[in-house]
Amino acid sequence: MTNSLQALSRRRLLGAGAAVGGLALAGCAGVPTSGPPIGRVVIVGGGFGGSTAARYLRMWGGNVDVTLVERNPNFISCPISNLVIGGHKQMADITRGYEGLKAIGVKVMQGDVTAIDAAGKKVKLANGTELAYDRLILSPGIDFMLDGTPGLAGALASGQVTHSWKAGPQTVALRQQLQAMPDGGVFAISIPKVPYRCPPGPYERACMVASYFKQFKPKSKVLVLDANPEIQSKKALFERAFKQHYEGILEYRANNELKEVVGTTAKLEFDDVKANVLNVIPPQRAGDIARNAGLLNMNNRWAGVNWLTMESTAAPGIHVLGDATFPAPLMPKSGHMANQHAKVAAAAIIQLLQGQAVNQTPVVMNTCYSFVTAKDVVHVASVHQYDAKDKTFKTVPGSGGVSAAANQIEGRYALSWADNIWADALAL
Amino acid sequence: MIRFPRGARTTTLALLAGLALPAAMAQDMLLARNLAATCANCHGTNGNARGDMKPLAGVAAGKIIALVADYKSGEQPASIMHQIAKGYTDEQIKLVAAYFAAQQPQK
Repeated sequence: MTNSLQALSRRRLLGAGAAVGGLALAGCAGVPTSGPPIGRVVIVGGGFGGSTAARYLRMWGGNVDVTLVERNPNFISCPISNLVIGGHKQMADITRGYEGLKAIGVKVMQGDVTAIDAAGKKVKLANGTELAYDRLILSPGIDFMLDGTPGLAGALASGQVTHSWKAGPQTVALRQQLQAMPDGGVFAISIPKVPYRCPPGPYERACMVASYFKQFKPKSKVLVLDANPEIQSKKALFERAFKQHYEGILEYRANNELKEVVGTTAKLEFDDVKANVLNVIPPQRAGDIARNAGLLNMNNRWAGVNWLTMESTAAPGIHVLGDATFPAPLMPKSGHMANQHAKVAAAAIIQLLQGQAVNQTPVVMNTCYSFVTAKDVVHVASVHQYDAKDKTFKTVPGSGGVSAAANQIEGRYALSWADNIWADALAL
Repeated sequence: MIRFPRGARTTTLALLAGLALPAAMAQDMLLARNLAATCANCHGTNGNARGDMKPLAGVAAGKIIALVADYKSGEQPASIMHQIAKGYTDEQIKLVAAYFAAQQPQK
């Protein structure tokens, strides 16, 4: 806090007749902004969750020592990345730096955390660095479960098949495959059974590829192979978009679970689909670092958390954010939700570091915009209030919902949403 | 309704809270801050929105409260806010509005 703000506080207090007595401002029970840190927080993962936690710990916590460890040099957003795949945006449009976080005093380290010593309260990086913490935040996103689908691991490793479910080189690779594909070719996208990251994302991707084909490769086809019995988010809106914009281009097939991958052929239960470009979104679980730390106490797949603090129910002192968590009812795995988790965690950790009570009535909300054409967008929104009796977040009856119809106003809002949430998370 | 010093940042508020304000008011200030942060994904950090989103920093509390009430009732048409507004209690909206009203808009 600046001196002028301190002066303002003092004036306001005196003006309000508050009993400051002989208390010195710097020595009282509020959050100190100078002097020794009130605690050390290490954050692993600089995506939507981890970056937001770093930003809000610094903004709200005063002098909290915050270190963010991220393996990539830049933040690359999964939201909006389907527009890059469709050719409507460039990688630069979805790439942001960590300079804003550095400027507010976050120590940003590029590296891989290889081990967590929960008892000793420290993490170890691949380069040998050890970081001690009072509170650890893991925001590791998802990793893939490839063992149940023969051929998939090899196909992904060779680059012949893409997942493109983590934005970055995989986004570029799929775009390049689509550009190289001859007109008249088939693009097949395989969707795993729920739960997976970003429920509407696969259907948005199908629309974006179909929009590209419609304009540039009109004899080509999009085949959506969904392991689920129906579209998992904004169902009626996507069905309408498929029919209105992509009839004859896009075919949707429910209950088509991928069994095996051979080259770019998707082997299903009853038939094989030979694709020119095969995009497989694999089944998912919490990121490796959370698994290796022994936090996946829900179906051996996700991390259970205390929703008041986002603290793991498996290991005290370790907080887990975002897609890696076992969700509350109707809570989506989204970047928006990870940002909201991060704020609950940041507020709670600041209280815990000072031995204060945490907020007993947190709220989180989600907004997700999906592009069905380059300009037309549909949304789904939800608000989740903490339920003290059941110790979980519950959606508020009568709140939330989806767009009445796809529209271009929300196309503009979707891009503004991205600008605002990137800035919120990264202190841009 | 609680009143925030205009332009006060949250660390200031916490400092104030720790100093001399009644514990309940301090809790309200933190709660208001936390609730307002749920809006930041679209409306910008501390209400400093970019692009086509509506800025909330420095907007009078009464104006925010009235607008949200109109979203809730359907009087004010919206693409999405009518659905989101219904997820918050009137008491929560009052806290959020007081928080945003106290924020200094950034350039």
